[in-house]
Amino acid sequence: MQPWHWIVSDPGAGFFSATMRLAVPLLLAALGGVYCERSGVVNVGLEGMMLSGALTASLVSTATGSTTAGLACGVGVGMAVAALLGLFIVVLPGDPVVAGICLNLLALGGTSFVFRVVVGTGGTTRAAPTITASLIPVLGDIPVVGPLLFDQTYLVYVALLAVAGTWLILRRTGWGLLVRASGEHPAAADSVGLNVNRTRLVCLVVSGALAGLGGSFLSLVSSNQFVENMTAGRGYIALAIVILGQRSAFGVLGASLLFGLGDALQLRAQLSDLGVPYDFLLMIPYVLTVVTMAVFGRRLSTPTALGVAFRRGQR
Amino acid sequence: MNAAATGAAGAWRRWAVRAATGSDVMSSGAAIVIALLVGALLILAAGADVGTAYRTLWTGAFGSPQALASTFVETVPLALVGVGVALSFRAGLFNIGAEGQLLLGGLAAALVALQLPGAPALVVLPAMMAAAMLAGAAWASIASVLRVYLGTNEVLTTIMLNYIATYLVSYLLNGPVRDPASPLAQTAALPQPAILPVLLPGTTLHAGLLFAIVAAVVGQLWLSRRVWGLHIKATGLNPEAARNAGLPVRRLLLSAFAVGGALAGLAGMCQVAGVQGRMIANLSPGYGYTAIVVALLGRSSPLGALAAALFFGALTVGGSTMETGVGVPASVVTIIQYLVVLLLVAHGALRLMRQARGPVADPAPEA
Repeated sequence: MQPWHWIVSDPGAGFFSATMRLAVPLLLAALGGVYCERSGVVNVGLEGMMLSGALTASLVSTATGSTTAGLACGVGVGMAVAALLGLFIVVLPGDPVVAGICLNLLALGGTSFVFRVVVGTGGTTRAAPTITASLIPVLGDIPVVGPLLFDQTYLVYVALLAVAGTWLILRRTGWGLLVRASGEHPAAADSVGLNVNRTRLVCLVVSGALAGLGGSFLSLVSSNQFVENMTAGRGYIALAIVILGQRSAFGVLGASLLFGLGDALQLRAQLSDLGVPYDFLLMIPYVLTVVTMAVFGRRLSTPTALGVAFRRGQR
Repeated sequence: MNAAATGAAGAWRRWAVRAATGSDVMSSGAAIVIALLVGALLILAAGADVGTAYRTLWTGAFGSPQALASTFVETVPLALVGVGVALSFRAGLFNIGAEGQLLLGGLAAALVALQLPGAPALVVLPAMMAAAMLAGAAWASIASVLRVYLGTNEVLTTIMLNYIATYLVSYLLNGPVRDPASPLAQTAALPQPAILPVLLPGTTLHAGLLFAIVAAVVGQLWLSRRVWGLHIKATGLNPEAARNAGLPVRRLLLSAFAVGGALAGLAGMCQVAGVQGRMIANLSPGYGYTAIVVALLGRSSPLGALAAALFFGALTVGGSTMETGVGVPASVVTIIQYLVVLLLVAHGALRLMRQARGPVADPAPEA
């Protein structure tokens, strides 16, 4: 038996489907990161936005029985958390890394607090309704591409549309130009009467919506319940994906698929005994991040004003 | 903020601005008070009595010799890691990787102790300390070498290295170094000479507290009195200027990170040799992350980090008493802790804005 038989053999269909399923939360959060970084904001808070979105989506879906309501609230809470971060790092010139990490740890404490108050300390969790995949006939039977693209939940299509939308918005619209100007030369943008900090705040809130959606995906599609700290660093991985994907929508899509592939490989390898210890397989996405950051981290053009708070009358 | 703002409202506003941008000790105190008030709201939301809950928190942290000992025991890892993180902050680097450095330090200490079964404490304990500090420093250096030579963002690499360390330790504790007699993922119990002596008989307070105090005092002296400290601070304030002044910036950054890693490793050794008596998978409930906040609350000064660690240790110990006693989730305490720091970030930003506003005229209204 060849070691990699499960990639090409029949259950391989599940493998590509899993790749997409694991890539989408990362993709959504990373797309949000693209807006932020292009506008000059370092958004370390993606992790907290995802986690808050995941909890909200799970609780609301369980309470109302509607996954749509859950998704809407997950997105809304992600936006609210992003707006809170914006208060500290856009409205006020606070340090984005410190504020972002604090926000993430606050979200970790906050979600477990709410979760325990709602579910009860040490209590059992109720399974939330989930969004199931809808197989598109004929197209879904194409090998590799079929399960990757046409046997998925509608959220996957939303994510792919968001990729194209992000590309269009940033490259082909006036507002996209404003976003890029805010990241490259905020003083110049300001001097022609454009509002840099409002643009940055909007980008941050958009990233909150996308990260909240990514978090909701985790608790409504990937799983049927919220688990404390269920994002497990995906928000940080998304940041690495933003850099690896060169802060472009399609670059981020490719990088997310790479990470999804690594994650799916790890899951599948756990099932088929390869003689590699389980813990080493779990390390794959994290090692991949370090290696890609080390190799590609420096080679690309970074927006000039990335991470620099903009204040009028200051240089 | 002009002449029109007079009277009681104006005075209040001036006071608020001064409080928000005032001295460090005062603003830290104000942040703590605000966070405790928010905590009170959350306790109410959880359906408990605020007075009872905070009183339980207080007695849980300071109410008896053993409570005090528990608080100090909780302070030790936070202070050791916090001092290390503060030093790297001063050099202008974020060490978010203390969690992994602590785990590997604890593992190294346990392995050394198990290799030296018959040796006396005077041999075993220094060997454990050396191993733990080396392991922590080595793990930290992965991130700092990548940062210094390849320009890789150390925030992301240290976070990823935490996950990698967790899985590495989990693998080792489930496999090669596992105690075969135990159903749990842990090493065998350490021999008696490898256990840190108890400072206060009848309690769990171990000698690690001395390490924490020494680390904070020595760190403070290094920063304020030694050339290394001056160079570290210069590098943190402006690396370009430091390089132009001929300072070995790369070596300084690497050394600051290595010292931080070594202190985190030492914290791991304290947990292994002072608290658990063996290496376990869940050695740290997030000390590495909490210590970042400890360092920030301590204004990146080693003695400040020690004080902040005591505050956080007391909150953590009291918080778990509160959870069992009053039924309020201990995560309230987590929220209070991080809220304090977020408020301090806002405060620092407000001060920046006020300083900037000074000489410049009021900006023109938006078109």
